[in-house]
Amino acid sequence: MGRLWHVAVYLFVVGFVLNLVGIVGHVLVSSFARRWFATPLPNAFTTAWYAYSWREFQLDQVLTVTLVVAASVTALALGLGFPAAYLLARHDFRAKNALLLLFFLPLLIPQMTYGIPLATTLYRYRIGGTVAGVIAANLVPMLPLAIFVLLPFFEQISVNLEWAARVHGASRFQLFRRVIVPLAVPGLLTAGLLVLVTTIANFELTFLLSGAGSQTLVVALYYAVFAAGMRPIYSVDAMAVIYMALVLALLVLVLRFVRPTQMVFRLDRRN
Amino acid sequence: MLPAAIYLLVMFVYPFAYGVILSLQAKGGGISVANYLAFLLDPWQVRTVWVTASIAVPNTVLTVLLALVVAYSMRRGVWMERTITTALVLPIALGTVLVAEGINGFYGPKGWLNQGLLALGITDAPRLTHNYTGVMIALLVQHFPFCFLMLLGYISGIDPGLEAAARVLGAGPWAIFRRVMWPLIAPGVAIAFALVFVMNFGVFPSAVLVGQPAGATRTIAIAAYQQAFEHSDMAMASAIAVVMGGCQLLGLGLILVIRRRMAATGVATVGAGKR
Repeated sequence: MGRLWHVAVYLFVVGFVLNLVGIVGHVLVSSFARRWFATPLPNAFTTAWYAYSWREFQLDQVLTVTLVVAASVTALALGLGFPAAYLLARHDFRAKNALLLLFFLPLLIPQMTYGIPLATTLYRYRIGGTVAGVIAANLVPMLPLAIFVLLPFFEQISVNLEWAARVHGASRFQLFRRVIVPLAVPGLLTAGLLVLVTTIANFELTFLLSGAGSQTLVVALYYAVFAAGMRPIYSVDAMAVIYMALVLALLVLVLRFVRPTQMVFRLDRRN
Repeated sequence: MLPAAIYLLVMFVYPFAYGVILSLQAKGGGISVANYLAFLLDPWQVRTVWVTASIAVPNTVLTVLLALVVAYSMRRGVWMERTITTALVLPIALGTVLVAEGINGFYGPKGWLNQGLLALGITDAPRLTHNYTGVMIALLVQHFPFCFLMLLGYISGIDPGLEAAARVLGAGPWAIFRRVMWPLIAPGVAIAFALVFVMNFGVFPSAVLVGQPAGATRTIAIAAYQQAFEHSDMAMASAIAVVMGGCQLLGLGLILVIRRRMAATGVATVGAGKR
């Protein structure tokens, strides 16, 4: 009975992973197909769709926007999140719980729910539709993400090290520059990579805030899939593969620093 | 600290408050609930609440139950665990749009799945994309890994000594689950329910790309988006967003109440979730 149960669970997991392979594999094969119609594999392969896709979807411009947005959001999230996480890890103060809630809510509430009022506000101030608007909106969930990833790293740094530096006459700036930042490098790297890959894959907020010249790759992909039939599906899939390659390259880097179970909410911290 | 807090106050709290106020503004000025009434009295609009709930509720239950069963069975590690968990991160990292495009291909009428079914002689397989089923598949593919990884981290953090002690004292697998593990797991499962439900209720890209956005899967997020960007009626769009947020809160409240009820009859929870 117990064994049968385990076999069933295993079969489900294998089936689920196979379904993922099928989903990703279909896109991959289709992007190289000359034509593909209800056969296990296409009859002839070509790489022409990549050039077509690059040209027709203006991917040079889209990729530039994507990288500018992702890099800016990462830099801002780390720059603003670093001091915040440090203070949250080191000090207790009255408003701490309220602040933790403020930082936690943008991660908890789905982006579609707060994205519409946020977009309304940003369009009113004429920031909506620009690259700056996309960056500003993406920072709303990414800043808390950076803070919550950095928090445990700061908690691990012993306070004794800071006291020792102080006793030896280090100024506040020296303490920061020579002791805390070097010790926080692994945390910064983890947080930075996670924010980077999450921003590139982040759809809803970017979708609501982007205009003609400020689409990121995933939004451009959405419009291409949405307008299926306007262009050959193979060229849409070629764009999807370019997007996939970008995300996967970063994911490989991310997984060197974090376990897969850490890519989702850390339940234990919130109880 | 201050810059981060100020940023979120300006970009998160202020727009939210602004949205609520905007949704209460009447066309001619003054405060009124006209936008809410317009939404609730229009059958085409209010239907989206039921459509969304009919996707979100069954999908949440299915996702969390499957994830719980698999995560519980894998709590002490299994063969190729790292490979499996890495594969499961893929849909989370790749995002909804790519998964939707892949599902349209793989589960579509000319995809590998249907080809396989045809080869097995099954010619009357139901259509799996561009309808309700498609959205259910897309959400499951997206949220099962999320929920599974979350629960796996939680369950494998429970002290294995507790289970070993129960076994020594003669408890069978079911008794161990029911009397020892479940009270420890329940808080995590409640949070998983809450997170998955809230995400499901806000479904947008999957409902458009793999669903039938003009009919069977016209969810409330689609209604809000259309008001904002196709009809440029920001006040109405904000009202719909507020209704969406309200439904999500309602779901969360319900889950909390159920959790309280269960906790009141359960055992004291100690030693959970340390890893």
